[in-house]
Amino acid sequence: MKLVTAVIKPFKLDDVKEALHAIGVAGMTVGEVQGHGRQRGHTEVYRGAEYVVDFVPKVRIELVVDDRDVVRVVEAIVDAARTGQIGDGKVWTTSVDELIRIRTGERGPDAL
Amino acid sequence: MTSSGCAPAREDQTLCNLPAMHIDAGDTAWVLGSAALVLFMTPGLALFYGGMVRSKNVLSILVQNLACIAVVSVVWAVAAYSLAFGPDAGGGFIGTLHLAGLAHPELAVPGLDLSVPPLAFAAFQMMFAVITAALLTGTGADRMHFNGFLALAAIWTLVVYAPIAHWVFSPNGWLAQRGVLDFAGGNVVEVDSGASALALALVLGVRRGWPREAMAPHSLPLTVMGAGILWFGWFGFNAGSALGSSGLAAQALIGTQLAACTGVIGWLVVERWQTGHATTLGAASGAVCGLVAITPACGFVNSMAAMVIGLVGGVVGVLAVRVKFRFGYDDSLDVVGVHGACGLAGTLLVGIFATKAVNGAITHQGLVTGAGPYLLGVQALALLVTIAWAFTGTWLIAQLVQRTVGLRVTDAVEVQGLDTAIHAESAYDFASMRAGQAGF
Repeated sequence: MKLVTAVIKPFKLDDVKEALHAIGVAGMTVGEVQGHGRQRGHTEVYRGAEYVVDFVPKVRIELVVDDRDVVRVVEAIVDAARTGQIGDGKVWTTSVDELIRIRTGERGPDAL
Repeated sequence: MTSSGCAPAREDQTLCNLPAMHIDAGDTAWVLGSAALVLFMTPGLALFYGGMVRSKNVLSILVQNLACIAVVSVVWAVAAYSLAFGPDAGGGFIGTLHLAGLAHPELAVPGLDLSVPPLAFAAFQMMFAVITAALLTGTGADRMHFNGFLALAAIWTLVVYAPIAHWVFSPNGWLAQRGVLDFAGGNVVEVDSGASALALALVLGVRRGWPREAMAPHSLPLTVMGAGILWFGWFGFNAGSALGSSGLAAQALIGTQLAACTGVIGWLVVERWQTGHATTLGAASGAVCGLVAITPACGFVNSMAAMVIGLVGGVVGVLAVRVKFRFGYDDSLDVVGVHGACGLAGTLLVGIFATKAVNGAITHQGLVTGAGPYLLGVQALALLVTIAWAFTGTWLIAQLVQRTVGLRVTDAVEVQGLDTAIHAESAYDFASMRAGQAGF
C-alpha cells in the first residue's frame, strides 16, 4: 500500500476530486495548508508599501491506495491539478506498513 | 412654543430666557444634530484604524478610541472648553477659566454672535476635541499603552488642543484677529494632530520589526465601514461649522461631498499609475484625504474649488504616506501623511480659493479673487505656529508620560499583542471557528 500526498492549488480541488472519483477511489482526506515552493509567495500593496507574503494557501490531499493503483491515482491527480503555471504543487508517495479500518478491525488492502 | 424651544410657562427659567441672544430653532437643531454626527466619527475612526492593524491589536485601538471619548469629553467640560472659548486672558493666547465646568451657560460665547444656545456650541466643539485626540491612536498603534495614551490625551487636550483652538476658532484668538481662516479645523484638528503625531511617533520609536516585517491590515472591510462613518459624520463636522441652518451650511456640505469624491479619484489614479493597482485601502484613504483637505476651506470656497482641493488632498495623501519610510519614523497608520499633509494643503489652498462670494463675513480673500497674498501669508503663519506648538508640546507631554505612567509597552506585550496582554480579550475566536464540531 502507498500513501499518496498531493499539495495543489485550492481552486483545483474539485477537479482532482472528480478525477479520483472517476477512477474509483473511495475516499480521501483534505486540509487547508500554507506553503511555497520555487513560487515564493506573492506581493500585496497597502498604501503604496509592498509586502511579500511568503506562504500562500494550498490544499493538501492524502489517500492510501493499493500498490497496483498508485500509478493511475498519481496520474489522475497530476492531470487534474496542472494549470502549467508556477505554483501548481507536488505529488509524492510513501510506503504504508499497516492500515486498519477502525469500525471493523479489517487490516491491509481489505481496509481500503 | 417660542423660537427658542421653550414653553411660555418656563420663560422665567435661565436657559429658556437667554438675554441678549436670538436663539433660532432651526439653527439649534442643526448644531445639536451635528454634534451627534461628529461624535459618531470617533467610533468610525476606531473601525477605520482597527481594520488596519494586525488582529492581535484591533481591540486596543477600539478601546483607546472609546476611552478617549470618555476622558476628553470630561476634560473638555471641566476646563478645556473655557481655555479655548472663554473670555480672553490677554493677547489672544488663551481663555480664562470663567466658563470652567461649563459654568455661565447663559452668557454669550465671547466674540461669537450665535443663534444657538452656548451649550449647543460647547457640545459641538467637544466632539472636535474628542476626535482630534483620538487621531493619535493611529500613530501609536501596535505599541502604545492604554494608560499612557489616556494620560497623554487628557494633558494634550489642555496644553496643545485648547490653546490652538483659542488662537484660531475663538474670534478673540491672536491668529483669528489676523484674519486666519479655518472653517472646520484644517489647522486646529488636522495639522494639529498631524504635527503631534510626528512627535509622538518619534518618542514612541519604531515597532519591533518595522519596516522589515509585513504589518498588513487584518480587515479592510472594517476599515471601509469606518471610512464610511467618517464620511457621514464629516457632514456634521464641516456643514455644522456654519453654526446655522443656512445656505453656507449647504455650500459646506456639497463642497465636502465633492472633495471626498475627488480625493478618492486622486489617490486611486496616482496609486494605479505607481503600483499598478487601485486598492480598497487606497479608496478609503483617498476619501479621508479629500475630507481633510476641504475641512478648513468648505465655508469659504465654491463647489469647483472644493473639487480641486479634494483632488489635491488625494494626491498629496498618496505621496505623503511614503515619506515615513524615507525618514524612518514609524507613524503606524499615517496620521502625519493623511491628516498633517492634507490639512496643510487644504489650509494653504484657502489662501488661494477663499471668496466673499461664498462667505461675505471674511475680511481677506484668496489669490484667485485678485486680492493679493495677504491671506495666503497668514494661513502659512498659522500653519508654522500650529506645527511648532503641537510638535513641541506633544513631544514634551509624551516624554513626561513615558517617564511616569509609561507610554510604550514592553517587548513581550508587543509580541503577544495588546489585546490579550493589556485588555485580557481577543477580537476573534479563530480556534473554535477552525475546529468546528470537535472544539479543540
